Amino acid sequence: MSALPAVLLAVPLLGAAALALPVFRGRSTSAYGIAVSGAALVLALVVAAVFDYRDAGRIQLGLDVPWSPGLGLRFHLGVDGISLPLVVLTALLVFLCFVHLARHRPEGGRPRALAFTLLVLEVGMIGTFLALDLLLFFVFFEVVLVPMYFVIAIWGGPARRAAAVKFILYTLLGSALLLIGLLVVWAQTGTLDIADLAARHGSGIPRTAQVLAFLAIGVGLAVKTPMWPLHTWLPDAHTEAPTVGSVLLAGVLLKMGTYGFARIAIPVLPEGAATLAPWLGAFAVVGIVYGSLACLAQRDLKRMIAYSSVGHMGFVLLGFATLTPVGMNAALFGNVAHGLITGLLFFLAGAVKERYGTADMVRMGGGMLRRLPYIGSLLTFACVASLGLPGLAGFWGEMLALLGAFRPAAALSRPLFLVFMAVGGLGTVLTAAYFLVMLSRVTHGRPTETVPAGPPLTSAEEIREVLGPGEPVEPVATGTAVAEVEEPARPTWDVTGHELAAWLPLVALTLAFGLWPKALLAVTTPAVQAVLGQGVTP
Amino acid sequence: MIFVVALVVLLPFLAAAAGLLASRLRTGREAPGDRAAYRRAAWFAIAAATASLALTVWLVLVLTRGAVPAGEGRPFWTDLLPGRLEGTLSVVETGSVPVAVSLRADGLSVLAGMLVVVVALAVQVYSVGYMRDEPRYPSYSAFVSLFTSAMLLVVYAGDLIVLYVGWEIMGLCSYLLIGHWWEDRANSRAAVKAFLVTRLGDVGFLFGVFTLGIAAGSFRIDDILRADIPTGTAVAGTLLLLAGVAGKSAQVPLQTWLPDAMAGPTPISALIHAATMVAAGIFIVARLYPVFLGAQPTLDVLGVVAAVGMLGAALAALAQDDLKRVLAYSTISQLAYMAAALAAGSDRAAMFHLVSHGAFKALLFLCAGLVIHHAGSNLMSHMGGLRTAMPVTFWTTTIGLAALMGLPPASGFFSKDAVIAAVEHSRGAAQPFLYASALLTVGVTGAYATRAWLRTFFGPARIEPLPEPPPGTAHVFDGREAPRSMLWPVGVLAVPALLLGFAGVREVDWGSAAVSLVVALLGAGIVYALWRGAPDQDPARMLGPFQAPCERAFYVDALYAALIVRPVLRLARGVVRTDAKVVDGAVRGSGRATLGLSTLVRLAQTGNAQLYVTGLLAGLLLIAVAAVVLT
Repeated sequence: MSALPAVLLAVPLLGAAALALPVFRGRSTSAYGIAVSGAALVLALVVAAVFDYRDAGRIQLGLDVPWSPGLGLRFHLGVDGISLPLVVLTALLVFLCFVHLARHRPEGGRPRALAFTLLVLEVGMIGTFLALDLLLFFVFFEVVLVPMYFVIAIWGGPARRAAAVKFILYTLLGSALLLIGLLVVWAQTGTLDIADLAARHGSGIPRTAQVLAFLAIGVGLAVKTPMWPLHTWLPDAHTEAPTVGSVLLAGVLLKMGTYGFARIAIPVLPEGAATLAPWLGAFAVVGIVYGSLACLAQRDLKRMIAYSSVGHMGFVLLGFATLTPVGMNAALFGNVAHGLITGLLFFLAGAVKERYGTADMVRMGGGMLRRLPYIGSLLTFACVASLGLPGLAGFWGEMLALLGAFRPAAALSRPLFLVFMAVGGLGTVLTAAYFLVMLSRVTHGRPTETVPAGPPLTSAEEIREVLGPGEPVEPVATGTAVAEVEEPARPTWDVTGHELAAWLPLVALTLAFGLWPKALLAVTTPAVQAVLGQGVTP
Repeated sequence: MIFVVALVVLLPFLAAAAGLLASRLRTGREAPGDRAAYRRAAWFAIAAATASLALTVWLVLVLTRGAVPAGEGRPFWTDLLPGRLEGTLSVVETGSVPVAVSLRADGLSVLAGMLVVVVALAVQVYSVGYMRDEPRYPSYSAFVSLFTSAMLLVVYAGDLIVLYVGWEIMGLCSYLLIGHWWEDRANSRAAVKAFLVTRLGDVGFLFGVFTLGIAAGSFRIDDILRADIPTGTAVAGTLLLLAGVAGKSAQVPLQTWLPDAMAGPTPISALIHAATMVAAGIFIVARLYPVFLGAQPTLDVLGVVAAVGMLGAALAALAQDDLKRVLAYSTISQLAYMAAALAAGSDRAAMFHLVSHGAFKALLFLCAGLVIHHAGSNLMSHMGGLRTAMPVTFWTTTIGLAALMGLPPASGFFSKDAVIAAVEHSRGAAQPFLYASALLTVGVTGAYATRAWLRTFFGPARIEPLPEPPPGTAHVFDGREAPRSMLWPVGVLAVPALLLGFAGVREVDWGSAAVSLVVALLGAGIVYALWRGAPDQDPARMLGPFQAPCERAFYVDALYAALIVRPVLRLARGVVRTDAKVVDGAVRGSGRATLGLSTLVRLAQTGNAQLYVTGLLAGLLLIAVAAVVLT
């Protein structure tokens, strides 16, 4: 019994509640936001410090009190090797978002409301990773949607309304399916306790019910992940969301979907997982290739990074689909790596958009390494990390997922997964291709003038219209669209101290996990082995 | 002891980190005349390379003290350096086969490691002069250090996944350095091409590592060599590895990136694209040679690849006008010789040629850099008559070209003879084809080396001072030979290029050596005769109608663009359209359908009480009828 998880939730919650006090009216909330999220980060680090790593497979720091005895609901929190990295990642990203906000006033104004929203968001995100009761998990899962809706709808870009509505309706639809699946599990077993259910390894649930429940839960989580073809809410939401919204959306919200697979779908319903894993793997590898190809033809930087998430999450899902310890490890590693790297990428994209006034690659012109050498170098670093270069965090998730697919669990068809592996391998080449083509377009070349806002190319739909047939995507074509100038007229300033403070932790962790993957694998491996049990290990 | 090996690898890495982070501290930003940052970066890079060299020498001394294992047929590096050092720093559990972070130093790796550190040090010293007025010198030298570290990791890795990490970081450094002058879009494209083509091969390489590692139950090289791998698995695994070898070592069909990679600064071409990184593919085959010997089909494939590559690249070299592209194609051709030796069953000959080629090709590239630095152009049609203006360069280049042609007593004579003798005596399915191709290539090599020598240093001078340096050239013509910091590395490298071969003097097969010498001189003689007739014309005209295909390297690039690049881009645009119209269209369509349905339902909500009551009564009636009929 430990109160630490509850305190970890209470700090941002009370912090958000205090913002409603009249004391804060008309005053800057940036220092306050940094303080509260910093306190949450410290608490998350304390959790990581007191965590017993020799026994990472066991649920630790548990808190289990009755919540609604009539329904058998319990307020059950705890951490193990699966959730601990994500809890710390969430606290870190929220803190960095507040650091970022300290110097970047939100475009829609109302900084106090934004701080409130982000803190509520943090409660929901950390709660999702801590919850050990099916319904509690669902509640936190849903709590996240509302603040994120407001972040997009109030502080977003020009087409924010449509994107926000699409985001919330789409994910609510997924949540409805998720709830049905959870209720099927409850109806079959009579318990909502995740730890208890996981320890049973699916005994007591008939095969058909398992398949149905896995289908419902899986589709519900796949919307959030997002898995191809349920991904179309993501590019719109990312393109319109403000920088902090994009960072948290990519860095944490997507992880809630994949975390659900590791925490609920696979451990609780092993037979359902074994039946549907080939489908999961197939959708995953289609997503990898499809996402990469979509990136190759994008013109908008933020939209491209959004589609790259579809590809990266494909690797995570492929890891899960193998149902092997190494595949699960790959998925969990990929989760953390994607959170760090894509968070950094969205921070950078936001900074670029702020300076150029546009995220349209053709409009921006080339030569960023000359105009903004530090931001250009950091962008290069983040892209290289994201394309899975060994020595940086992105590599291990991809490599281990492919290794898992090389020899999937005994119940699965090996030739099928070898095909998945080969397609995934081609996906890594395509991933490298779109990142390098983007870098070549944006950071290389002579500095050119940014095309000022001409005919509006603002909404996602219009950008798609422009990218009609016959539109060349070669970087050469930019030469005709933009005039070369000696000194770009638009004055731009390179990286600021605040931006570095928000970004360098991500850079450092990307390097650290890339060079020393053991730091993360040692935490997840025992947990993964405990989750998979004896039933499905090869 | 293993920490010394770790230090050899880590020192250049630390130098790279220091060069990137610390060289501009408190010196201001990006100012072209930022001498302090420049000096500091040079010191970081050269100090680390020197320390690594010293430690490698120490490793050599340690390894010579080992006991020579008994038995015949062991490679020469086991004779010279019989000892070995090995250590595992950590074991990373993955949930499947664990990854052992381990290093090993034995004769083979110290031999290759020595080549890497010597060439790296020479290139770092040379670059100080070559990149003198380059504003981005600090990042350049840091990337060279990072490359050195990655290559040393490949050489000393004791585990295939660790090796793969170094293998890919080398690719990244190659990308960053080819694109060093990124203002020019062509350089940027060449860098992207190099990365993508090698990455395509590396995917196969990684799958090959999986195949062998899972079959052996360990990724450690020792365990894989010791494991009893079934032949089918070994063939599949080694063929997949071969994809990575073809990518990195620029062998058919993934050779197209190397000539374009010459867009990078010339010292980079010397270090990465001639002496070390491209040789990594050959090195890895030698490292895992027992597995390859157990997979004869793989060696046959390698033989065919080598036979096609060596002759094709040599013919392409004969028709190039850009001096660096001549050397690039000659690198592909010489790497194919090493591959041929491996296919013929002699890892000794392959490694011998690898080391001697590393020395003489690095020398040739540094000399080419001096010539380009002097002439302000890469094209041989802009050079000529440089013999008198650049005496040192002339003599060192002559040594390098003699080694390339295989003329005694230069090192290339001995190492190439070892390769050809091995091919001649081998028994593989591809042997006759391979042997014929190897002999023909000797003749073509003689021809293109002579052509480059004559067109650069003899004949009428064609140098015109350029008004402005175009991007991609470091300096304009100033009429003098290069600074001393550039001449010293060249002079030092000329010594092994000339003398290294005598290490293998006892094993020369004089019969085959005489044959290849005659063929080489024949090729050289034809070019000389043509050149004597008309010194201002290109001797490549002897190719006649084949000159254009040779110059375009048989249109492989155009073929790949038509078959792969353009279809992928078309597919990408198709995916974006599909995503907007079909996948997202379905989502938006469901929204519209819901709205449409709600309009229909709304029709019932008229507010007319009579309608509601009529509906109510109709419903009651229906229920009553149903109750009567159904019961």
